[in-house]
Amino acid sequence: LNAVKLESPPNDPEAPDIRLLLETLYNEAGVDFRSYAYSSLKRRILVRVQRENVGSISDLQKLVQRNPDVMERLVAGLTIHVTAMFRDPAFYRLMRHEVVPVLRTYPFLRFWVAGCSTGEEVYSLAILLQEEGLYQRSRIYATDLNETVLGKARRGIFPLAAMQEYTRNYQKAEGLRSFASYYTADNDFAIFRPELRENMIFAAHNLVGDASFNEFHGIFCRNVLIYFNRTLQERVHRLFYDSLLTFGYLGLGRSETIRFTPHASSYAEINAQEKLYRKIA
Amino acid sequence: MIVIGGSLGSMAALHTILRDLPKSFSRPIAVVLHRHKDSDDALMTILQRDIALTVREVVDKEPIQLCCVHIAPSDYHLLVETMCFSLSTDEPVQFARPSIDVLFESAADVYGSEAIAIILTGANRDGAAGAREIRRRERGHAESGDPGCARRADSSSRGDWTSPHRSCSHPHSTFQT
Repeated sequence: LNAVKLESPPNDPEAPDIRLLLETLYNEAGVDFRSYAYSSLKRRILVRVQRENVGSISDLQKLVQRNPDVMERLVAGLTIHVTAMFRDPAFYRLMRHEVVPVLRTYPFLRFWVAGCSTGEEVYSLAILLQEEGLYQRSRIYATDLNETVLGKARRGIFPLAAMQEYTRNYQKAEGLRSFASYYTADNDFAIFRPELRENMIFAAHNLVGDASFNEFHGIFCRNVLIYFNRTLQERVHRLFYDSLLTFGYLGLGRSETIRFTPHASSYAEINAQEKLYRKIA
Repeated sequence: MIVIGGSLGSMAALHTILRDLPKSFSRPIAVVLHRHKDSDDALMTILQRDIALTVREVVDKEPIQLCCVHIAPSDYHLLVETMCFSLSTDEPVQFARPSIDVLFESAADVYGSEAIAIILTGANRDGAAGAREIRRRERGHAESGDPGCARRADSSSRGDWTSPHRSCSHPHSTFQT
């Protein structure tokens, strides 16, 4: 094990069991969770304890050593985050009004949706770019650590039950068409139009350790870094900084901020509420 | 640390508690109020009125500060870490996000017996498990302004004491949920 130390809180009786479990995951699955935010990680571990029907974290640790399926479900449970199309509509309104006019001045555009999970925000971005006439000159790189969610994102098939919420979000985001025109409904699923996927590139990328792979006009990483501790957040922000063109945009989640990182002064705040930043130095 | 949880209906009770605290009050305070996911900043403005301490909606990894009331943002869980707060968009707990249990349980892990839990009115069981967890670290206290919620927190935390806060009888306090 390298020098990364798990920051466990002083009064958690389960901290030694969690430490052992994370060591097992690191040694046997090669996934390093020691720089994740401890408290939210612990909650996710406890959800797995419950779902796997074992009595304790220490039982789960013993079980993952003999059962690769349990291991896989645990890693997925600790990494996958749930998102929605046009989540935080005000963010997309801001994109339309403040960012799109600037993007129009570029002949070619590259975007990175980092930690894209099942792809809801990738499709939202593609729809917005298409409505603004920019999609033809864009490439959206969508990455996640987990191959299973990437596969789902690539297929573009989402539960039909979610469409009501997404339609509301889309309308609040000042969408220009009928949201239903972007998918065909098939019993329980909404199958999104394949042309939306034309300029999407899906790839496995681990924010914990993998390097920069291109230079982007915009990077979107919303509600992903909240699961990391400050040290790891700083490392990922270094990666984003290195991967953004000067005057490129960085979009974070509504309750995230660049303020506590060493890169704060390298960005101008486009909008304080929606956490949209622009690289200026 | 003092952790406080309640429904939106306990705003007035929360305000009454906070209004009595001096600017120099040197324990950090963290609050979860159940509220709609689209609720806006008006809550902060209302809470800050007549209060000496600084009221702030938490952003991820914000340092835990003394003389400050840290409020969970809508649609995120608020968790206590060593030295700072973190947020999560994980599924609701007891139908709530932010959830009182999530805040209380993480506060227990970090602050142990130094954590004090206050449950104001509650519409459901959210907060009971968290209060029990704080009780388990010894010397934790759970108070409630709502008898039903107090009973739930009390019975599930086994042996914890509950007593109505004196602000419960305050003429400006309302305890409907």
